[in-house]
Amino acid sequence: MLQYKTHSQKLNLIKNGKLSLTENVEYFRDSINKNADLNAFNFVFEEVVEESRKIEEKIHDGKYGKLAGMVIAVKDVLALKDKPLTCSSNILKKFKSIYTATAVQKLLDEDALIIGKTNCDEFAMGSSNENSARGVVKNPVNTEFVPGGSSGGSAAAVAAGLCDASLGTDTGGSIRQPASFCGIYGFKPTYGRVSRFGLTAFASSFDTIGPFARSVDDISLLLQVISGKDKYDSTSSDKEVPDFLSEYQNATKLKIGLPQEFFSDGLDPEIRDILYDYISKLKTDGFEIIDIHLPHHEYSIAAYYILTTAEASTNLARYDGVRYTTRSGKKDDLINMYTNTRSEGFGDEVKRRIMLGTYVLSAGYYDAYYAKAQKVRRLIQKDFFDAFEKVDVIITPTSPFTAFKLGEKTSDPLQMYLSDIYTTSANLAGIPGINVPVGSAGNGLPIGMQILANQFEELKLLRLSSYIESNYLKNEVV
Amino acid sequence: MSVTKKDVEYIAKLARLELTEKETENYTDQLNQILDYMEKLNELDTSNIEPLSHPVENFNVFREDIIQPSVSREDALKNAPDANEEFFKVPKVIKTD
Repeated sequence: MLQYKTHSQKLNLIKNGKLSLTENVEYFRDSINKNADLNAFNFVFEEVVEESRKIEEKIHDGKYGKLAGMVIAVKDVLALKDKPLTCSSNILKKFKSIYTATAVQKLLDEDALIIGKTNCDEFAMGSSNENSARGVVKNPVNTEFVPGGSSGGSAAAVAAGLCDASLGTDTGGSIRQPASFCGIYGFKPTYGRVSRFGLTAFASSFDTIGPFARSVDDISLLLQVISGKDKYDSTSSDKEVPDFLSEYQNATKLKIGLPQEFFSDGLDPEIRDILYDYISKLKTDGFEIIDIHLPHHEYSIAAYYILTTAEASTNLARYDGVRYTTRSGKKDDLINMYTNTRSEGFGDEVKRRIMLGTYVLSAGYYDAYYAKAQKVRRLIQKDFFDAFEKVDVIITPTSPFTAFKLGEKTSDPLQMYLSDIYTTSANLAGIPGINVPVGSAGNGLPIGMQILANQFEELKLLRLSSYIESNYLKNEVV
Repeated sequence: MSVTKKDVEYIAKLARLELTEKETENYTDQLNQILDYMEKLNELDTSNIEPLSHPVENFNVFREDIIQPSVSREDALKNAPDANEEFFKVPKVIKTD
């Protein structure tokens, strides 16, 4: 068992000599071994034990970074120099990064310990972590169920206590949904708040990097560290990064919007009831609750899967057997070498999305699908901008249901896509969102609340999440 | 707009994928299902709407035109399935007979 709930508590225990960081790291490595059946990790790093000694010394010398001693796992789509970067795909089986992702480098610069790289859906394409060439990840709450996806390994690792925190990526819900299924906090920042340099591209105008943790305090700390302009990513924002960590506790009575479209048919009544319960508590506590409408919500999945598959088919064109380690063994000419390498290397879901993306971009269909979806994207974004004229934040469910069983949705891709119904719109609009673990259903599986705010208003999300955490959830979070 | 097996084969060729007979059948069914669902977008009149290609609309980002260090040739070739000291190697393109 861990003796601490937040990183600042951990740091104090180390300073007072009540916790040995090296023993703590050994404990995590041991827990990872004992929980090997979860399959949360693609790689676990040996040298983290040795590094923990150096960091421990730094802490005792009083010269250490903000994340000193925090044990963090990173999703295996993020680059760490000289380490494998597989994206859970056979096509990158032997690939080693030649540089480190900016978000990961920022963790290292603050003395974090990277314990390993986590399993995920292949190239982050999936909602259940069942599309991994390295095998499915299981939900630590109940191993017959999926952990969610695509950052399933990162969520499972934190929920099972195999590390202090982790990084995931969110293109259409891939941080928030697994956080919801596993019962932890997961934060998707505004598009551009965190540099994408070193993140293997899936859908470049949607991809974001964010943290998983067991407390709002740790989420705020990690977000603080990884945010900011980066000269290596021209789409990263130069907007000033607020002091999330010192400001998130200033509770203000925010105006909360409830979009009717997110609470209608298709939502598990148990989830709806729990969320309404919290909403009435917030109302009693003086928060203003306002009914709002996001009229184009029902078009989000269609627009999302057209645009992201189009971007994916373009981004994944680079895996052709020339530069990225894997080349088909068949003796053939250049064009067939490309084709053989790709056909052997990509898994079923990745091929499906490449096919769909190539189709919607192909001559004759571009205007009907791709250009149309880009216009609908603007309508969906405008719905949010209009709503944020009236309210500070929006509360919705993160997922229409709790975690589903392994294998339950694998034969029906469209049903799998529809499970992202509440999360993709934030990526279409580029706005930030958080999953707050607010309780469990009768079957014991976690229920998540999603809170959304306008672009670059992450602080509002942290403030409301912290209010809920400290006033209502004291004994409920793992 | 319904997708035929022939369309799927053509798209696969564009995407440099070779599909098995079974994959071709599956993808034909699934693409039809998914694209049917996407027809939903045609309920909306978007004639006066500007397409949105990027969620946070930025201006061009420039820097001074000064040479800066980038990935070395050695590093760039590290992950190549086939290379010599200078170049990526690929199967011969020019046929000689």
